[in-house]
Amino acid sequence: MARITLDHIRHAYGPKPSAEKDYALKEVHHQWEDGGAYALLGPSGCGKTTLLNIISGLLTPSEGRILFDGRDVTRLPTESRNIAQVFQFPVIYDTMTVYDNLAFPLRNRKVPEAEVDRRVRETLAMIDLVDWADRKARGLTADQKQKISLGRGLVRSDVNAILFDEPLTVIDPHMKWILRSQLKRLHQTFGHTMVYVTHDQTEALTFAEKVVVMYEGEIVQIGTPVELFEKPRHTFVGYFIGSPGMNLLPAELSGASATVGRQTIPLSSGPTVVPEARVELGIRPEYVRIGREGLPIQVTKVEDVGRQKIVRALFEGVPLAAIISEDQEIPADPRVVFEPHGINIYADSWRVEAGG
Amino acid sequence: MDKPWNNKAWFLVLPVLLLVAFSAIVPLMTVVNYSVQDTFGNNEFFWAGTDWFRDILHSGRFWDALGRNLIFSFVVLAIQIPLGIFIALNMPKHGIGVPVCLVLMALPLLIPWNVVGTIWQVFGRVDIGFLGHYLRVLGVDYNYTQDPVDAWATVIIMDVWHWTSLVVLLCYAGLVSIPDAYYQAAKIDGASRWSVFRYIQLPKMKRVLLIAVLLRFMDSFMIYTEPFVVTGGGPGNSTTFLSIDLVKMAVGQFDLGPAAAMSIIYFLIILLLSWVFYTVMTSHDTQR
Amino acid sequence: MLELRNVEKVVAGEHHVHPTNLALERGTLNVLLGPTLSGKTSLMRLMAGLDRPTGGSIHFDGKDVTGVRVQDRNVAMVYQQFINYPAMTVYENIASPMRIAGRDKAAIDREVRRAADLLKLTPYLDRTPLNLSGGQQQRTALARALVKNASLVLLDEPLANLDYKLREELRLELPKIFAESGTIFVYATTEPTEALLLGGNTATLSQGRITQFGRTIDVYRRPADLLTARTFADPPLNTIEVGKSEAGLVTRGGEVIALPPHLSAVPDGPLTIAFQPHHLSLRPPTDTATRLPVTTLVSEIGGSESFVHVDFLGNRWVMLEHGVHEIAPDREIEIFLDSRHVMAFGTDGRALSNAREDV
Repeated sequence: MARITLDHIRHAYGPKPSAEKDYALKEVHHQWEDGGAYALLGPSGCGKTTLLNIISGLLTPSEGRILFDGRDVTRLPTESRNIAQVFQFPVIYDTMTVYDNLAFPLRNRKVPEAEVDRRVRETLAMIDLVDWADRKARGLTADQKQKISLGRGLVRSDVNAILFDEPLTVIDPHMKWILRSQLKRLHQTFGHTMVYVTHDQTEALTFAEKVVVMYEGEIVQIGTPVELFEKPRHTFVGYFIGSPGMNLLPAELSGASATVGRQTIPLSSGPTVVPEARVELGIRPEYVRIGREGLPIQVTKVEDVGRQKIVRALFEGVPLAAIISEDQEIPADPRVVFEPHGINIYADSWRVEAGG
Repeated sequence: MDKPWNNKAWFLVLPVLLLVAFSAIVPLMTVVNYSVQDTFGNNEFFWAGTDWFRDILHSGRFWDALGRNLIFSFVVLAIQIPLGIFIALNMPKHGIGVPVCLVLMALPLLIPWNVVGTIWQVFGRVDIGFLGHYLRVLGVDYNYTQDPVDAWATVIIMDVWHWTSLVVLLCYAGLVSIPDAYYQAAKIDGASRWSVFRYIQLPKMKRVLLIAVLLRFMDSFMIYTEPFVVTGGGPGNSTTFLSIDLVKMAVGQFDLGPAAAMSIIYFLIILLLSWVFYTVMTSHDTQR
Repeated sequence: MLELRNVEKVVAGEHHVHPTNLALERGTLNVLLGPTLSGKTSLMRLMAGLDRPTGGSIHFDGKDVTGVRVQDRNVAMVYQQFINYPAMTVYENIASPMRIAGRDKAAIDREVRRAADLLKLTPYLDRTPLNLSGGQQQRTALARALVKNASLVLLDEPLANLDYKLREELRLELPKIFAESGTIFVYATTEPTEALLLGGNTATLSQGRITQFGRTIDVYRRPADLLTARTFADPPLNTIEVGKSEAGLVTRGGEVIALPPHLSAVPDGPLTIAFQPHHLSLRPPTDTATRLPVTTLVSEIGGSESFVHVDFLGNRWVMLEHGVHEIAPDREIEIFLDSRHVMAFGTDGRALSNAREDV
């Protein structure tokens, strides 16, 4: 296991980057704790895979250093970094048995056969494939193959970090739940440092202790799932996390209240922003209460998604989404109340600290 | 279920059926016809039954030629398949080198058979040929028109030069279809170069390799033009393969009956061996 | 109307599609929901005429089209992979089916612009597909399917290769786009949530068989059998086998779940009950909720809510609780089941109650 230090890393694919926009990955300077579970979350092209490849050693960053436990590994090739990786599509040696697949990384490193056997059997138990040990890997299902990929990392005692590159892409929804929870349990039990790349917010939030949200080559926020949900630093985080994402209403501030259209919404404190800034009020659909009290809205559509309903409405002409429980009815003259603790204020897309 | 379109379909395939009948079945039947009769060329035919077949199968000449064919195919496969794999493994996967290599590889395949023969015939001549002359200068006692070993070496090297490219191109196609993730995973697992070949590249190339082996076997078993041009089957009978023998018999000696019987036997051997390969390949498919 | 009458597909002695009857009305959206290899794609290929059924017949507006080739049917398909003509502009891509049909220039232009507008492609009409994002490429493929004015449009997991957020946006737009045409849409997906968001009708598939077909929300709320309920659940359905008696629903471990009123008519004996993750909770939601001792496996935090995976008598359950609840693994805790929401299935898997609608 190792602590991963990303020391002023920048990367450009082109030869001579001059302007900031030439960098596919803008400056990253962070320390990731030993034994932590990190998720890199963002849409395609946001730089998350670039960052993962820098950690795995497939890519040497244009600038900066990467350290494992304080040791500079920037120039080390993948095979010398002692990392493991699970890819988007299962990579298995399909002419080998499940057992031999797991033994492969150890035998390559000339581990004594008795030790190989002990580690492989332990690992088979960890990934729940004891009964499959002697089967050819070829005929297995996608989720079993992904477990083998993971197992080839877990079997090694010297692994610095296990990297995941959208590992659940080809897995059916039901199996995703099982694999995800097994992975989380493995992490909690054995404490490997894990880095997980995904575009799926549910996977990122449920897996990681710290989620790294990336957008256009930049890290916009690193935080716990709760922080990202309650206090998104940037409107992109608000939009990208949550389903549906955060509602953003163009607003004007006056003291401890915000005005949206003709309606006034009281705030817990009076934030100050630069005069010219574009101000928005952010509120998650989970914190919009629909009832007979409050400000008027026009409901345009109600989506019944089983356990809850998503209400699509117009508030002062601006689209607004709200989530209500499966049993709740919408009154004839619907009104909304915004839960005060769920309100965030944004100036030019960045969050303004309340009272600040 | 009524399916009116099926009858129409028969009309559509009729031209093809006629074409196949005239180009394959009728000539084949003519050969069958010759093989069971004797003729002296004046359009008089005598029934010979299976005599020609018995003669052929009892003639040392046939078995010698068949033996030469099998040895030739075996040697050619034993050289071309490993060499083809080796070259394919070392070809670039990205960049400007890819088209350059592909064109270089495709070149020998584009040259007509008899031209290949002529090139090597001249190339290997001890008086004016580059190869033959300089081998002599280097003190090698080389002369393909005199020495059977030299003749064999020349024919085999010529075939390797001509056809290894096909194996290379097939293997290359198999190799480029392997996703990068496999190589990355192998690196991470600390796999040696040999392990990568043994557990990733070879399994992924298995299907194209089977096709390469089949094609190269059938082609080398039917070899005719190049050795005919270079050695004419000599010295002696040392490079007389079945096909060359067949032509000698039919055109040279005008023994139409035995030649017809021999070509049918030859045809059946190829059919049998192709069937064996086909079965092996399809059983491999159903495994997957 | 597209009708499948006893349609089946047998390949090498294996049923890819068991005898199936299905009638799809014009102007409807029909979701085929099931896991990988459940027969969704096989069924679509039969509908399109790409494959010939080994039994049964396919009728379009009453006419038998069983043997008619795909080229001669008016069918459009959109695949999981983004399939466009790479050398043509987006405009030409969208126009291509109409050019083949020989429509006049003005009509083509009008239709292309309308479809581009609907799918938000207007700014990209002059670009080639490879210069577009995945979402825009798939929008182009969708637009091409729309302008073809096909009587049947088949979409085979069209959003599977897109980013999560893009999927969310397109899901929201698709029903609107579908609603505007009189075409039959068939949409295959592995995701229950997607089926619910799309609405329309849903056929749940399992191992080459349609287990139920009806309005999406009805199939979700009133599954006819356990298999359908399982197929249509994300997270996986929580189930447990119990014995019904005077006392209530008794588990193998002797815990008694209070008998909810909607199950009072169910005869005594063994049955399987099933319920959703949000019907389990850490605090009793009502006085009648049943207290159950469970062992925690792992907790997942999803922002405003937590998924707690627990084990109860060897059954793996997921509990959905609002707020953040990080509970250590392998801990013995008590949770509460709101039995008003449970569904009951007999030993043969048939539904014994219509639980979800009774609340």
